[in-house]
Amino acid sequence: MIELENVAYSYGGGELLSDISVKLAPGSFHFLTGPSGAGKTTLLKLCYGALLPTSGHVRLFEADVRTLERDDIAMIRRKVGVVHQDVQFLDHLPVRDNVALPLTVSGRHAEAAGDDLGELMAWVGLTNRAEALPPELSGGERQRAALARAVIMSPDVVLADEPTGNVDWEMSQRLLKLLVELNRMGKTVLIATHDLSLIRAAKAQVQARVLRISNRRVQLAGADL
Amino acid sequence: MRFDLQTLRAMLAGDRHADRVVPPTGFTAQLTVFASGAMAFLAVFALALSLASGRLAEAWGDELARTATIRIVAPEDQRAIQTTAALEVLSTTPGIASARALTDAEQQALLAPWFGQDLPLDTLPVPRLIEIIAADQGFDATGLRLRLAAEVPGAILDDHVRWREPLVSAANRLRLLGWTAALLILGAVAAMVTLAANAALAANAQVVAVLRLVGATDRYIAQAFVRRFTLRAFAGSAAGVVIGLIAVWFMPSGGDTPSFLTGIGFQGTGWLVPLLLPFISALVALLATAYAAGRALRTLT
Ligand SMILES: Nc1ncnc2c1ncn2[C@@H]1O[C@H](COP(=O)(O)OP(=O)(O)OP(=O)(O)O)[C@@H](O)[C@H]1O
Ligand SMILES: [Mg+2]
Repeated sequence: MIELENVAYSYGGGELLSDISVKLAPGSFHFLTGPSGAGKTTLLKLCYGALLPTSGHVRLFEADVRTLERDDIAMIRRKVGVVHQDVQFLDHLPVRDNVALPLTVSGRHAEAAGDDLGELMAWVGLTNRAEALPPELSGGERQRAALARAVIMSPDVVLADEPTGNVDWEMSQRLLKLLVELNRMGKTVLIATHDLSLIRAAKAQVQARVLRISNRRVQLAGADL
Repeated sequence: MRFDLQTLRAMLAGDRHADRVVPPTGFTAQLTVFASGAMAFLAVFALALSLASGRLAEAWGDELARTATIRIVAPEDQRAIQTTAALEVLSTTPGIASARALTDAEQQALLAPWFGQDLPLDTLPVPRLIEIIAADQGFDATGLRLRLAAEVPGAILDDHVRWREPLVSAANRLRLLGWTAALLILGAVAAMVTLAANAALAANAQVVAVLRLVGATDRYIAQAFVRRFTLRAFAGSAAGVVIGLIAVWFMPSGGDTPSFLTGIGFQGTGWLVPLLLPFISALVALLATAYAAGRALRTLT
């Protein structure tokens, strides 16, 4: 589904990631962890075509990213739901329109989604915030809205970067539950986080593999987590 | 951004949702509308100037080319004989449709503005005038002059060419300048819209990033901007054209005589030409924004 083969990524002078080989099989659940600045966000961006590898190959849905046109990348974004670390919205549109935005830009309209949209808003607990503008939301509400936006197209893959970064323990458990539910529905899930307690909590609910970035490389973390 | 019929149709049909993804930008919007309105207003005058000078050039070229005058300057007793002789010569000159001597009354009327009504024509050595109207193909002025010199010593042919030509070429030049001004105005509209579109794209970098993230194609993003600027340019120019036409309509008119200053304006179907302006500026804005957006989106990641 998403496959990195001997991938290296450098910016300016320094090499941030080297010789990374990762394969996200359909329906798998992965965590990506490592210290701040290790390159988690960068690796995630490589996974949805926002960055191109300096060397090696990134294959998204069997296609090498380097061969993809700009429009192909746009189509891949519709199959990969992304929750950014610094969640951004269209601040002039209410939350419900922001959540429906992937439908809008692909030519399907929120009306068509109708009940689905309402159900999704309820699922992330934002029903009564639907008409609010994004700047009025709390950090946790923003992250839930971002998650709803990431899954509204029913994508095959969900990539979440620190989805519990701004929320308390209870809310992080709720968000995790949403992601686990998505995985049970057959979605491939990858969560980047440095929150080890979140990983432990997840391991109780789902079979998750933990990838750790250290010294520019990715290793499969052992059972010590 | 690729541009084709499908894009155009989608744009004209409009997409309420697509329109809303780019936040309304009050100030640049107003500036774009105002600037395209002002440009259209100026373009109306440039067009009025062009069309009027065109008409003038044609009128002068046409009417004056086909009329000429012969003056018979001769002593009192010779005048009638020489006039008859000149008419004789003219009747055998190819390319002349008609020729006739002006009557005393007509000559009096011609001179009245300068010398008053009661000028005693018969006591003054006023030359007799013969009015010539040429046939369509025209006549050979040099040949006629030679014949007149030989047969009618007092006849002087004035075919108006001397003073007509510079006027006609000035009018033609003016027409060219008018069209050039109109084209430059369109160019300015294109430049202005490109700048405004670039500013709008830069100001909305976050919007573009969000749209990218959720899978919007460049075409979709560009279209939201293109549509907006096209409609603004259209609305602005439509207003500018209406105001310009009203201003031209109320320009003082000189009646039927094609004179220069009073002749600036539109006649007949000429009034329809400025109505094309809003469509042309909309098209120019569309191409300019599509170009600007295409370029900006390729560099913006
Ligand atoms: N294009 C770039 N130019 C300069 N520095 C960059 C660039 N891309 C990444 N970096 C640097 O690479 C490092 C890794 O960044 P990244 O955001 O991937 O880390 P992260 O593991 O997600 O960290 P965090 O846990 O804090 O989110 C950072 O030090 C960042 O400043
Ligand atoms: Mg990060």
